[in-house]
Order: sequence, then structure tokens, then C-alpha cells
Amino acid sequence: MSEPGSPRRQPRPLIVPFRRLAQANVAVVTGLSVVSALVLGAVLIVVTTPSVLHVLGHIGSHPGRALGLTGASVGDAYWAMFSGAIVSPSALGHVLSTGHGWVTLFTPLSETLVAATPLVLAGLGVAIGFSTGVFNIGAQGQLIAGALAALYVGFEVKLPIGIHAPLVVLAGAAGGAAAGFVPGILKARTGAHEVITTIMFNYVMLNLLDYLLSVSPFQQPGQSNAISRTMPATARLPHLFGSGLRVNAGLLVALALVAGATWFTRRSTLGFSFRVIGLNPNAGKTAGIDARRVTVLVLTLSGALAGLAGTASLAGTDFFLSSGYGGNIGFDAITVALLGRNRPTGVLFAGLLFAALDVGGRNMQAVTGIPLDLASVSQALIVMFVATPVLVREIFRLRGSAAASLQLSTGGWGG
Amino acid sequence: MAMNDLSQTGLACRALRSRGRTKVAAVLAAVALGTTSFAASTASASTYAVGKRVAPARVAHAKKFLACEVTDTGGINDRSFNASAYAGLKAAAAADPGISYKFLSSSSTSDYQPNIADFIAEKCGIIITVGFDMADATQAAAKSHPNQRFAIVDYTYTPAIKNVLALHYDTNEDGFLGGYLAAAMSTSGKVGTFGGQDIPTVTIYMDGWVAGVRYYDKVNHKHVVALGWTPAKKRAPGSFAGNGLFTNDFTNQNLGKQDAATLMAQGADVIFPVAGSVGLGAAAAVKQAGAGHYMEWVDTDGCISAPQYCSLFITSVTKGIVPSVEAATLSAAKGTFHGGNYIGDLANNGVSLSPFHDFQSKIPAKVQSALVALRSGIISGKISTDPNSYPAS
Repeated sequence: MSEPGSPRRQPRPLIVPFRRLAQANVAVVTGLSVVSALVLGAVLIVVTTPSVLHVLGHIGSHPGRALGLTGASVGDAYWAMFSGAIVSPSALGHVLSTGHGWVTLFTPLSETLVAATPLVLAGLGVAIGFSTGVFNIGAQGQLIAGALAALYVGFEVKLPIGIHAPLVVLAGAAGGAAAGFVPGILKARTGAHEVITTIMFNYVMLNLLDYLLSVSPFQQPGQSNAISRTMPATARLPHLFGSGLRVNAGLLVALALVAGATWFTRRSTLGFSFRVIGLNPNAGKTAGIDARRVTVLVLTLSGALAGLAGTASLAGTDFFLSSGYGGNIGFDAITVALLGRNRPTGVLFAGLLFAALDVGGRNMQAVTGIPLDLASVSQALIVMFVATPVLVREIFRLRGSAAASLQLSTGGWGG
Repeated sequence: MAMNDLSQTGLACRALRSRGRTKVAAVLAAVALGTTSFAASTASASTYAVGKRVAPARVAHAKKFLACEVTDTGGINDRSFNASAYAGLKAAAAADPGISYKFLSSSSTSDYQPNIADFIAEKCGIIITVGFDMADATQAAAKSHPNQRFAIVDYTYTPAIKNVLALHYDTNEDGFLGGYLAAAMSTSGKVGTFGGQDIPTVTIYMDGWVAGVRYYDKVNHKHVVALGWTPAKKRAPGSFAGNGLFTNDFTNQNLGKQDAATLMAQGADVIFPVAGSVGLGAAAAVKQAGAGHYMEWVDTDGCISAPQYCSLFITSVTKGIVPSVEAATLSAAKGTFHGGNYIGDLANNGVSLSPFHDFQSKIPAKVQSALVALRSGIISGKISTDPNSYPAS
């Protein structure tokens, strides 16, 4: 990467205007982490594309061609990623010249928002736990619990449109909360470490889902496959901008909860006691805060948010459950919370970034054939760089000691 | 304490992630191992086209027919139906140079709809989807895009959809032959099977296989016991319900190793795993068990898909996903595509036992000729493949 900085040398920023920004702060380090990850991703694209490697082997005889092809392959990949996640310029051109094709124009953005919704919701839950010193690894299981409860209310209760969907959302939150409450009460009453109990609860929920998918009333009637009934139309979250775009009311729920969580952590008494326990449990106890009650409440709240994440996908876009529902959302939520530094707005932006990389990566694979794994690797690299601010500071020669003090807040990891 | 928690978390996360994309593994593989696994997957998706910045694929494939596959959460290298469907696309491209192909992987069920939508936008000539999980997404896309051609592996629609070719395989028929052969080759008098998940596309194999073992016992007055699958006594016609041994996983080879070891500990000397790449773990266990222990592979010819274990494979109980996806793709490229339901069985060679390879000389001629007679008996309907038609040993 770069030679290790020696104490005698003055820090030299790469670019001159950079001097201003070079006072390292959270946003700068995060931004530069994204840049570093994309650069490493570009290297991966080059070394894994046989045709590019081939011409690079002959760089001595045809330097122009080699560099051109290398640039084109990397450029095409990131271009496809951008146009798949944000906006496609060709679609924009089509709209500007003909006045039609609005749905196509906004599809990438809509898809990114759809993918971000569960990540933000589950990420908020994990972040609230982290900042209170409770390490909830069970978002995956709580997400499934929420989705199961939401689905049950979805197909079992007959209600008119407008009432049914909100009830489904509440049921989802309740289901997730119940799954979070159990590890919470176990920790408060017996001291069982929540990392272990929440992880184990993931297995319980995964297998409970597999079981329920093959029996009545969850299994789809007339099916012998492990697939659930579908959500009736009344229970589905309404689309925000017409049926052509999948972005739905789940996004509004997520945004409202980001705002709510911001208020909660900064302004409410309960949020304050959460924070105190997170910063120093002993000080909190001395100040008269019931740490056991806080633990139960945090895990329940965290579970409710994860349950909402499962409900948002189920009632917003998927409409049925199958084995392994939720994919990696429960675990990506942990990275999203870390990347967002456990702050609600941070989680929102981290969720959007992760979703954009997922959706953009899909388009990249569809257009260029570069595997989706590259997007996953980029996500992981971003988090790795954010977790090692000293490295970022060295690479970019950032001034100031602020970067050195940036740490991922995973208090309570050791229990 | 802190380190303990860290490592436990990491392990558990990875274990849980094995169902979907293994991001942790991807990072380790790509960064630490010098990008080898990553390179392999890129090479397999070598449709990469360098062209103009805007939509290079469309420029490159303007005159070509593009065949596209959306995988389910098992991924493209599952050594099972995702991989087989992709092999079908490759075979079609080899037969017709005008065809190019690509795939999109799904990390969760939420990816099915957008992945299909991406390929519709890419103007794919045919989109192959895989498994019952994607049935609803495929049906919805087919309805909203009536001119887009689809094929779905391992599913049937009632009623049939005119722009979807649903491919279904009666693998209980060749499973029956595999079970008969396993019973004939067993010296311990016990044979065993296990599945990846208790779903019909898996249990149909096990069910036919157990029927074959029971049929062998009945006609030869033997008492070979089939372990790992007990068909339900009372069930609806066409159902393959029962109780059995399942890994609930199609990727974790350790589970295959354990289940094979369990069956062998109970005395089985022929193992039939129906669990995709989990079967490789079973093969490792069978190899470890040494002489006198054999296997039958599933889905594809094991001597081609897992040649390192060819010497263990008596035969493979195969399912013709590759030829049927190839045929669907070629017909779509030629413009002769017809939607509807296709059922692969012994009669149309949609399912079959693979060649015996190393076992060609070890299987008694009497058994080989019995298998030929059985095959025509099943095709004509004289021999039932329902295990409940025969007494259990």
C-alpha cells in the first residue's frame, strides 16, 4: 500500500485541497474507506478477468491497449454498478427525449430503497443494543419470528384494507420482540450471555421456520414443498409510487423509526438510561438505573426492530416465506450498525450504501458477468477500513489525532 | 473472555451463513488466497464483454441470442440443479455459436423478483429459473411479460403457462433402478440413504430407491434393509411423504460425512446421498471406511462431476436437467419454443442410471440384464415404483 510513516517525516496529503479536509473526522474516514475498498475492488476485477490479465502480460509491447482495456473493464463494472443502483443515464436520456420511461428511470433507486429498508430496520435494532452494551447477534432469528407472526396475522385474520396492513406490521414487531425478550430475560435472570443465547436462538428460529413451512396452517395448501401461504392483498404494504416501482410503505416505517430512534437516544429518559448503562454499567447502577430491566428492554426493542425488518420484506415485496428466509440480512445488519457507528442516521446511510452495493452488484453481474461476490467483498472491505482508521490515516496521510481515536463502538462485547 | 466471544461469534456466523452467500469466506478466499476462488467463478461467467461504456452487453450481444439463468440461494456451484441448469446453457452455447449465456445468483428469496427483472431488462431470449421457491416469481414475471420466454427447473404449473416451460423429472424411476442395484451389490445386507432436505424433489429419489431395494428383496427372496428413508404408509397419489435422515443443508460437507458414518455404523455398505455437494462429505467418509463400502451419486454422473471419488460410485442416479435445459434454450434460439409442462422419465431418457464406469466389470451380468428388464417394466407400467407395493424387510 504505502511505506509506513516514520515519525520524522511530516504528513503530506495526497492532493493539495485535501489539506482542508485532512483533519480526520468520522465522515472523511468513512468516505475514504469506501474509496479504498473500491480501489481494491478494481484490483480484484483486473486480476480476475482473463482477457485483461492477458493484455497486461503484453503491456511492454502494447501499453496503450493494455491500459485502455484495464480501464474499460473496471470502468464498465463500476458504471454498471452505479446505473443499477442509482440511475441509468441511458434511461435518463430516454425520458428527456421522449417524456416516457419514468418507471425505468426510477427502478434502480426504488430497488436500492427496497433493499435498504430491512437493513436499516434490523441495523437500528442491533445498533441500539451495541450502544447499550448488549451484543445482539440474533437479528436473523428475530427477523424470522417477526415474519412468521406477521404472516400468521396476514392470512388468518380477515380485515379490510387500510387496517390489516398496520396490524400485520404490529404483529411483526411483536413477534420479533418476543424472540428478543427470551434472551433478554435469560440474561437478566440467570446471567446467560446474550451473544450465546441469541446465536442459538437463530438456529431455533431457522429450524422452526423449516418445520412450520411443511405443516398446516403455514404451508401453502395443495403444495408438498416447504413454502408458505401468501399474504392476502389487504395485508400487503402499499406501493408508494405506483405498482411499477416496488418501493413501499415499509420505507416510511424505517424512516420514521430512524427519526424515532434519534429522539429516543438523545431526548428520552429511558434512552438516556440505556446510554448510561452502555457507557458504564457500574456508574449506571450506582445512579439507580435498573440494569436488568434495561437489558430486557433493549433486547426486546432490538428484536422488535429486527421483526419489523422481516415484516417489511414479507409484506412489502416477497409475500411468502421459504426456508432460510431473510438470507444474510440479520448478519448484514451487524455490519450496517458498526458502519453507522450505532447512530440512527449513521445506520440509515450505511444501510443505503450496503443496499446500493447489493443492487448495483446485481446489475454488474447481469451486465458484465463479474460475480456478485465482488460487491460482497467491497462491503466487507469498507467495514474493515472503517474498523482500522489508523490504516486509512496512513494511506491518505490525514492530519490530526481524531482518526486515531475513532473506534467502532462495540462496548459490551466481552460481557 | 472477550476473545472467546469473538471466536464463537465468528464460527456461529459462518455456520449460519452457509445457507446464503458466505461473505466471510468470500473475503478470505479473495484476499488471503490470492483471489483463486474468485477467479474461478469469474472464468465460469466468461461472458464479459468490453465495449462502449453504456450498456456494453447490449452492444456485444446485438446479433446474438442471450440465455440467462437466475440461481436460487444454493448458488451456481451447488453441484446440483443450479449447476446442472448452467451446464445446460453451456451445452446449448456449444451446439449453437449464436448463443451466449450468463447467470445471476440470489442470496435470499427477496432477490428472485429483481434478478428476473434485471434479465428481462437485459433482453434475455430465455430466462431459466430454478426450483419451487422461484415458481411464484417466475409466474408473475411471465404474466406481466407474455413475450418473454422462461423455463423453470423442478416444477410443474397447473394449469400450464404458455410462455413458461416447466421441467419436472420422475427420478423415482431411475432411483428404483439405483436401489435395486444397491441391494444387489450389498454384502452386509444393509444399504442407506439420506437427503438434503425433506422436500419432494429430494424424497422422490429416496422413495424410488427404497422401492427398488424392497423389489429386489421380493423377487430374489432376500432381506436387504434400506436405512434412512421410511415411506409413509398412507399418502395421496403422487406424494413422496415419509420419515428419513436429512442434513437440512446442501453445502456443508461435514454433515454428509456424519450422516454417511451414521449409516455405515448401522451396517450399511452402500450409501446414496441426495443432497447436492453435501454428498462429497459422504464420499470422503465412504472412502475412509475402506474396501467393501460403496456409493451411488445423485443428479449428475458422479464420475464426471466428482471424478476423485469415481472408484466408489457403483452408478449415478441422474436427472436430465442438462439435456432438457439445453433443448429448451436451443428451441428458444431457433424460434420453436413451446411452453407447458415437460416430464422427464425413463421412457424419454429424461432420467436414467449413468454408465457403471469402474463397476462395469464388477456388477454381475445377471444384475445388469435384470436392470434392463426392470427399466422396460417400469416404462410399460408393469412394475410399480411405489415402495408400499412391496413388503419392507
